[in-house]
Amino acid sequence: MANQEVDQSKRKFLIAATSVAGGVAAAAVAVPFVTSMMPSERAKAAGAPVEADISKIEPGSMITVEWRGKPVWIVNRNQAMLDTLATHDDKLSDPKLEVTSQQPDYCVNPARAIKSNIMVLVGICTHLGCSPSPKLQTGADMGADWPGGFFCPCHGSKFDLAGRVFKGSPAPINLVVPPHKYISDSVLLIGADDKGVA
Amino acid sequence: MKTKFLFVLALLLPLTVIANEGVKLDHAPIDPNNQASLQRGAKVFVNYCLNCHSAAYMRYNRLQDIGLTDAQIKENLMFAGEKVGDTMTVAIQKADAKAWFGATPPDLSVEARARGADWLYSYLRGFYRDDTRPTGWNNVVYDKVAMPHVLWSLQGEQVLKVDEKTETHHLVLEKQGTMTPAEYDETIADLVNYLVFMAEPYKERDKHLGLLVLAFLGLLFVLTYYLKKEFWKDIH
Amino acid sequence: MANSNQQDSKGLLGWIDARFPLSSTLKAHVTEYYAPKNFNFWYFFGALATLVLVIQILTGIFLTMNYKPEASLAFASVEYIMRDVSWGRLIRYMHSTGASMFFVVVYLHMFRGLMYGSYKAPRELIWLFGVGIFLVLMGEAFFGYLLPWGQMSYWGAQVIINLFTSIPFIGPDISLWLRGDYTVSDATLNRFFAFHVIALPLVLLGLVVAHLIALHEVGSNNPDGVEIKKHKDPKTHIPLDGIAFHPYYTVKDLMGVSVFLIVFSAIIFFAPEMGGYFLEANNFIPADPLKTPPHIAPVWYFTPYYSILRAVPPILNSQFPGVAAMGLSVVSFAFLPWLDRSPVKSIRYRGTLYKKWLAAFVVSFVILGYLGTEPSNVWGQFSPETLIVGGADRATVVARIFSLVYFSFFALMPWYTKKDKTKPVPERVTA
Repeated sequence: MANQEVDQSKRKFLIAATSVAGGVAAAAVAVPFVTSMMPSERAKAAGAPVEADISKIEPGSMITVEWRGKPVWIVNRNQAMLDTLATHDDKLSDPKLEVTSQQPDYCVNPARAIKSNIMVLVGICTHLGCSPSPKLQTGADMGADWPGGFFCPCHGSKFDLAGRVFKGSPAPINLVVPPHKYISDSVLLIGADDKGVA
Repeated sequence: MKTKFLFVLALLLPLTVIANEGVKLDHAPIDPNNQASLQRGAKVFVNYCLNCHSAAYMRYNRLQDIGLTDAQIKENLMFAGEKVGDTMTVAIQKADAKAWFGATPPDLSVEARARGADWLYSYLRGFYRDDTRPTGWNNVVYDKVAMPHVLWSLQGEQVLKVDEKTETHHLVLEKQGTMTPAEYDETIADLVNYLVFMAEPYKERDKHLGLLVLAFLGLLFVLTYYLKKEFWKDIH
Repeated sequence: MANSNQQDSKGLLGWIDARFPLSSTLKAHVTEYYAPKNFNFWYFFGALATLVLVIQILTGIFLTMNYKPEASLAFASVEYIMRDVSWGRLIRYMHSTGASMFFVVVYLHMFRGLMYGSYKAPRELIWLFGVGIFLVLMGEAFFGYLLPWGQMSYWGAQVIINLFTSIPFIGPDISLWLRGDYTVSDATLNRFFAFHVIALPLVLLGLVVAHLIALHEVGSNNPDGVEIKKHKDPKTHIPLDGIAFHPYYTVKDLMGVSVFLIVFSAIIFFAPEMGGYFLEANNFIPADPLKTPPHIAPVWYFTPYYSILRAVPPILNSQFPGVAAMGLSVVSFAFLPWLDRSPVKSIRYRGTLYKKWLAAFVVSFVILGYLGTEPSNVWGQFSPETLIVGGADRATVVARIFSLVYFSFFALMPWYTKKDKTKPVPERVTA
């Protein structure tokens, strides 16, 4: 064919253009299929922020609420408990809260809380996802120098009363403080803050 | 020639069709893009229907699609302190409802897809006084319906007049309710508009995507057409 | 064969080819599969059927992620997919539209076979595998239709399963065994789910592979019905009228695919119910075992056979003749290779007799199909004074006439195809 050269370039262009369009089509088709596997409206509704009444928590005790199927601990720390927090920084992996993913910025403070006495923690160990047991009192079965905190029965990770992990634990980082805010003095909303819903 | 004869026979038959019996339905004047109408319809729905009928597949926050914010939904359309992500359920027990009405009020989530807008529009305007019925009401579209005329205070009372000569019947408004007939029709149109929306909340939104998809596929067709033409130059 | 290919491929492809016949398979079925160059519009539908199969499998997989095959949950889980799952509605509409479009393309594909004699020797097995695909497809459609657990799902399954009851002696037990309960119930739903998502798809895929292997063994037919393998290039042994499937037919099919996708998307986005033909209004009412909908009809692709079922009157108080006629109307296609005694394949070179019979068959198929969607009193009754048919439903009489035409197309084929005056067939394909 005499015009073969011309044909070839036109042909290459058409192949390239069709391939690009086909690739775009394939990617566009993949979107609904992939996103269909994300949490549905039902899951989102079930995982919506939960309200918790904190007026009934005695100082020195805690309650557990469920948010997105996970236990969330709300601990009303008394003054003695708060005082211990500053005493064992040298034993902690991350005392200064440098791993920012573990708490919202408004909880980057010595108490890891909005109101210093109220500690909100997701009760899931950062090691492999077990739920640690609260050991709020000092000493007892945790040994004489236990300052109070949480102990994971699965692999022995230890956390203090601000959910900070002790050195030597299998858990690498501190427990998560979920986004939360005060609706009133006695009602806490877990799962949302002023920036929006988590 | 046998086949030709049969073919002609088949063509002629539909011309002699006897009209199907059944009630003639009025066309529902609804517009799925009229958000004000949808919002009014939603209000009628939660105030009058949602006491007995659930819409258990419809989430309140889907009403965002008819231009409402979560706060507006919560304030104007939710009365039992549910979350906006909840579905439109009712407290009435199925067994109780069956005892009271003789039938369980059906869930209305997809009722508009089962019945069609025209049926709903005619039905909701078709109640008339009938003392032979336990509820005191009957309906021209749904004979011996179990549901009483819930919107009675708005429409008033209709009676069925039978014309002896022509053997036809028609509804006459004997006692007007709080609305004029025109207002009532408009309210029902809003409600039906909402019911149609609720049956397929994403429909109108997806149509925009559909146009985009079709435009893209049109482009793809043009490309593949020229691609085919180019390659087929080889073939003689 | 594999050995010769081993030498001309290097690198990764060479490594694979030494262990797996990749290059040679591609050559045999794609780049060096020679198809007649005179394919027309009707030859798109095979490729399109494959595309729809892929769509159905893909969307089906994603639907099973959220669907619940349990009587008290099934209807709600479909609405869950339609509303709560991100883009679930799109995936569901692709699947429901795909079901109907599958039959659209398969019917057109089969009609192509009838026009060009694609079932005749040496392609009898291709045709038989194809009929097998068609039967399995009908099974898929039937089992799948129960899953949304709406009124039409429920009563459709109820009626079809009860058809088996009319089989003499063993019928009632067969129905009971199919349902696994005394009525259509959760047990029925659960097993239909198993048939629909795994059993029949496996059979279907096997048959599709067999259909294609048989096709590539003997080569494609074409609108002229001449065998292109009779005239090969003496040096290359490539059929003179053949062109490589790739690139020529891949680019052509790609064009067909884009047209198909335009139609498909238009339905999905703008008319997924297709006026009640693809998704029936009554199926938006949850299944109620105590209340039959006033008018039930199968989905459009089953209605021609359903019409035949209704057209056959009970004999000796038994519905069985109707059921047998319906079964025969579907299976009849399998006998075509042996019923057709014409010396030519394509309609282009057949006489007017075959053309008329084919036309009559298509007309019957369409009219029976239409009547199957309507109640039998749709056209009213003949007046009582009418001769013979006085008082009978018009539609039933018409359905009976066209059922006879339908079966005559097959039954009389040995006679009219032999008697038909054929034209001379060219040696080579015409442009």
